[in-house]
Amino acid sequence: MNWVVNNIGLIWSLTLVQVTLAIPPIILGFIISLPLGWLANRFRLTRGALLTISGLLYTIPSLPLFIALPAILGTGILDPINVVVGLTIYAVALMVRQTADALASVDPGTKQAATAMGFSGWSRFWKVEFPLAGPVLLAGLRVVSVSTVSLVSIGSVIGVTSLGYLFLNGLQRDIPGEVISGIVATLVIAIVFDFILVGIGRLLMPWTRADRTTRSSRRAKGIKAPGVRAAENPVEVMAK
Amino acid sequence: MNFILQGIAWIFDPVRWSGPGDMQSRILEQLAYTFGAVAIASVIAIPLGLLIGHTGKGRDVAVSLSGGLRALPSLGLLIIFALFIGIGFKAPLLAFVILAIPPVLSGAYAGIEAVDRRTIDAARAMGMTEWQVLTKVEVPLGAPLIVAGIRSGILQVVATATLAYFASGGALGVFINDGLVTRDYIELLGASIVVTALALILEGIFALLQRLIVPRGVTAGQVTDVRSRPVRSRSAVGSPIQEGE
Repeated sequence: MNWVVNNIGLIWSLTLVQVTLAIPPIILGFIISLPLGWLANRFRLTRGALLTISGLLYTIPSLPLFIALPAILGTGILDPINVVVGLTIYAVALMVRQTADALASVDPGTKQAATAMGFSGWSRFWKVEFPLAGPVLLAGLRVVSVSTVSLVSIGSVIGVTSLGYLFLNGLQRDIPGEVISGIVATLVIAIVFDFILVGIGRLLMPWTRADRTTRSSRRAKGIKAPGVRAAENPVEVMAK
Repeated sequence: MNFILQGIAWIFDPVRWSGPGDMQSRILEQLAYTFGAVAIASVIAIPLGLLIGHTGKGRDVAVSLSGGLRALPSLGLLIIFALFIGIGFKAPLLAFVILAIPPVLSGAYAGIEAVDRRTIDAARAMGMTEWQVLTKVEVPLGAPLIVAGIRSGILQVVATATLAYFASGGALGVFINDGLVTRDYIELLGASIVVTALALILEGIFALLQRLIVPRGVTAGQVTDVRSRPVRSRSAVGSPIQEGE
C-alpha cells in the first residue's frame, strides 16, 4: 500500500491517459456504426455483408490487431493512434449489429404512422426511429464502453503507455499493490463511464422507464426479439 | 502489405515447426488454455445460469456479477495471479476461467430466459416435473444461446491466452514476447497472424455448431425475414373494424 501512496500522482496521470485513449473509440464507434447499422437493417444484401465483416473484425484478438495496424496504416508501432483505431474497430464491430437490432426493434406500425403524418425518410429516422432505438443503442454503448476501457491496457504490451504500465511494471518489480491499483483504477473508470452513459440516457430518453414496461409486456405476450439472430451475442443481451 | 507477406513467410519457415518450443506445441498450449478455461468456466457457470434462468431468481446478481467481471482488465488479473500463485500455467488458467465465466453465464441464463413463457406453461400443464421442463424444454430450446455463450467465451480466451507468457505460461504469446524483445516486427506480425487465424477457425467451427443444434421444430417456424414485415402486406380493404389487428 505504501507504493500506492507514494505514486498516487503516477496512478492519476495514467488514469487520465487511459481515459483519453478510451473516449475517442467509444464516440467514433457510435458515430460510424450508425449509418452502417442503418444499412445493415435496410437491405438484405448489406445486412449479410456488414454483419459478417463486423463479426470477423470482432474475432481478431486485440494484441495482434494492435501489432498489425502499423503495417496497414503505416504508423509507428508506438503510436497511440494504433490503439485508438484498433479499439474503434471493435466498437464498430459490436455496434453495427446492435444498431441494426435497435432499428429493427422499432415498431413498424409506429414507422408507418410517422410516414402517414408526413415525415420524410430523413426526419422520420432522426425524430422517430433513432429516439425509439435509443435504449437498445445505449445498451450496446455500455458494453462497448466497458470493453474499451479494459482493452486500452493491452496497448501497453506493445509500448503504448496506459494503466497497463502499472501491470507490467508491477510484475517486473514484484509489487502487487501496483498491479491492484491499476485494476482498481480501470474498474473505477469503467463504472464512471457507465454512470455517465446511463445519465445521458436518462436525460435524453425520459421515457425509458415506460419502455421497460413495454418490454416486459412484450415478453408476457410471448413475442420475442427476432430469435437467434438478435441474441447471437449474449454480451448485449446481458448488458441491461 | 509487404510486411504481412513477410509475416506469413515467417510462419511457414521450417525452423518454426521443429525443435523445442515450436509452433505446434505453442498452438497446442494456446488451445489447451482455451478449452481448459472454458470447460472449467462452463462447469461453474452453466448450472448457475440454468438455475437463474429457470427460477428467475438472482437475476440482478448475475447481471451485475458478470458485468463487473467483464470490466476487469485480463492483463492485470493475470499478472496479479502470477504474483500471488507464482509463474506457470495455473495463474493464466485461473485468469482465463474468470474471463470466460461472464459470457458462459450470460448465455446459459439468457438462453433459458428467451424461451417462450407459453411453451414452458404448456410443458407444466402437460404434467412435466420442473426437472423435465428444464431438461426437455428449456435446455433444447435455449441451446443455441447457451452455445453462443460458450462460443463467446472461447473467442475471448483464445485471444487473451496470448498473454499467458507474462506468467511464463507458454502459448503463442512467447513469439510475441520474442518479437518485442528483439524488436523483430516480422516475428510479431507472424505470431499475430497465427493467433488471429486460430481465433477465426474456432469462431467458424462454433458458428456452424450453433446452427446445427437448433431443434428442428424451431427451424421450421423460424422467421428469416431481414426487415420487419409491414403491418399489412397489401392494401387493406373491408370495414374499418376488421382493420384493427
